[in-house]
Amino acid sequence: MSLLRQTGSVIALNVRSIPQRLWMSLSTVVSVALVVAVLLGFLSLANGFNQTLKGSGAPDVAIVLRDGAEAELNSSMSKEQADLLGQGPGVKTGPDGSPLVSSELMLVVDGIKKSSGTKANMPMRGIGPDGLLVRKQAKIKEGRMFTPGSNEIVVGAGLLREFAGFEMGKTIRFGTQNWKVVGVFEAPGTVFESELWADAPVVQSLFNRGTSFQTARVVLTSPAAMSAFEKYVKDEPRLQLKAQSELDFYAGQAERSGLLIRYFGWPLGIIMAIGALAGALNTMYASVSSRAAEIATLRVIGFSGFSAFMGTMVEALVLSALGALLGVAICAVGFNGLSASTLGAGFTQVAFKLQIGPQIIGQAVTLALIIGLIGGIFPGWRAARQKPLLALAA
Amino acid sequence: MSALIQLNNVTKNYRRGKEGIAIFDGLTMGIEEGDFVAIMGPSGSGKTTLLNLLGGTDRTDGGEIWFDGERIDGYSEGQLAAWRARSVGFIFQFYNLMPVLTAAQNVELPLMLTKLSPKKRRDNVETALKIVELSDRAKHKPKELSGGQQQRVAIARAIVSDPKLILADEPTGDLDRATANDILRTLQLLNKELGKTIVMVTHDPEAARFATRTLHLDKGRFVEAMA
Repeated sequence: MSLLRQTGSVIALNVRSIPQRLWMSLSTVVSVALVVAVLLGFLSLANGFNQTLKGSGAPDVAIVLRDGAEAELNSSMSKEQADLLGQGPGVKTGPDGSPLVSSELMLVVDGIKKSSGTKANMPMRGIGPDGLLVRKQAKIKEGRMFTPGSNEIVVGAGLLREFAGFEMGKTIRFGTQNWKVVGVFEAPGTVFESELWADAPVVQSLFNRGTSFQTARVVLTSPAAMSAFEKYVKDEPRLQLKAQSELDFYAGQAERSGLLIRYFGWPLGIIMAIGALAGALNTMYASVSSRAAEIATLRVIGFSGFSAFMGTMVEALVLSALGALLGVAICAVGFNGLSASTLGAGFTQVAFKLQIGPQIIGQAVTLALIIGLIGGIFPGWRAARQKPLLALAA
Repeated sequence: MSALIQLNNVTKNYRRGKEGIAIFDGLTMGIEEGDFVAIMGPSGSGKTTLLNLLGGTDRTDGGEIWFDGERIDGYSEGQLAAWRARSVGFIFQFYNLMPVLTAAQNVELPLMLTKLSPKKRRDNVETALKIVELSDRAKHKPKELSGGQQQRVAIARAIVSDPKLILADEPTGDLDRATANDILRTLQLLNKELGKTIVMVTHDPEAARFATRTLHLDKGRFVEAMA
């Protein structure tokens, strides 16, 4: 009880005396805040990117690619193969009674990024008549769907935010052909919002793709039908394709691409954390040094070394926690919901919004508290070893 | 009177580089309960070292230290800290108050080492501040008090847990004559009215006159004793 009380007293004493070392304490708070803000920035980037990719998949939609292909761009399939998919088990039928299968092909075209004014790759997708039906999240927001057989395109809302020149009614030139923007679609929180859509047969014809496709999306009656459909695709000798749920497909892509961002963000965060740790150690050693007489006085009176240690530790943790709060606030105000785009697995730009969530806040705050903990341990140890000599208290 | 604190054949050495310096070599002394002892001597004579040994804030290299029938020189750091909290009040030359705490909170500090309830702690703080005539300054912070008032707060802190022994290291060294005399009268009152045993290190012969006994220390030995 007495140990708790004396420790509490020393902690209160230390924390209350922080304003006496205002500028030094503030520098620690700000350096920790910067670490947290930078790390959170990267993590929210990875988080937003992951959420967008994961949100793109539906558990009852199968995506079919060439066996061995990992991305839509390096997959291919013939019209005959695509037609066979509709005969698989558990395939849902559309309003006209035909199987809900969208055979698609994907191309990379150039666009100018609004943020940098530089060229970047954009995905242009040729979709069939069921293209909208296989994507429940997608709907035309402005204008109309393209007319089959025409050089018309609809533009994803995310792509419109990030790229210049795709506004409604504009004519764009890809290769030797002009395309007219007739509609804007939205598919919130999905990768599709970063795409241009056009009629698949027109894309095949104008980009010399013959009758081949790259992928097919097949809507099943329920997620439970997925394994039977996967088995059908695997076992049917004429297919040589591989089916998997759209959810798993995008989760795999998210994992790979998100890891890249995290692998960059964490080392940078840790390097900055080492810098902030040096600042925290400096502040806390200065704190112990400036309070040497106070600590010696308390030790002479009878306070334990442990209470002196804890007082310093908690002071360091309080400064780090304040820094963490500031860093989270900076990130929440400055980054959260911010639109961004980066290269996805298909070597095309994926537009997404930075997302700060409890899990990544927890990770950044933990790093801040580790800075505080290490920044407090060694100066705290020095405080605890302060001899209770009268001369030192003078 | 019986010896409250007794040093038997105490040795204490310091190292300066490779050289060993003997501060005390077989020092024996006793301080009776209720004594008010002034210790004087030139710089380096061992006054503060003696105070540290008496207060259990430094260790001997040999010999024995007894306090109120208990041998304390073999205590662990933790035992010594607990013993100091229970038995010794300290008064410093520069007061050593915590600047962020009020006078009352400063006085309460030693009581945080006890099991007293908050109410009992408050009562004891009030009593201690009353003894040093500073009840009306309880909520003032040290920087709002004069040097003399700060030293009186420090005295209140030294007596609040009712220790038998009070050790004062140059308690008037930072004060003008009139204020110093006020402080010394307060110490005298603690000695005479409350029966506190006081050991005071001082350079000031005027201050030593307030004590009941003065010991002169030189090169680790008492060279003269006056009643």
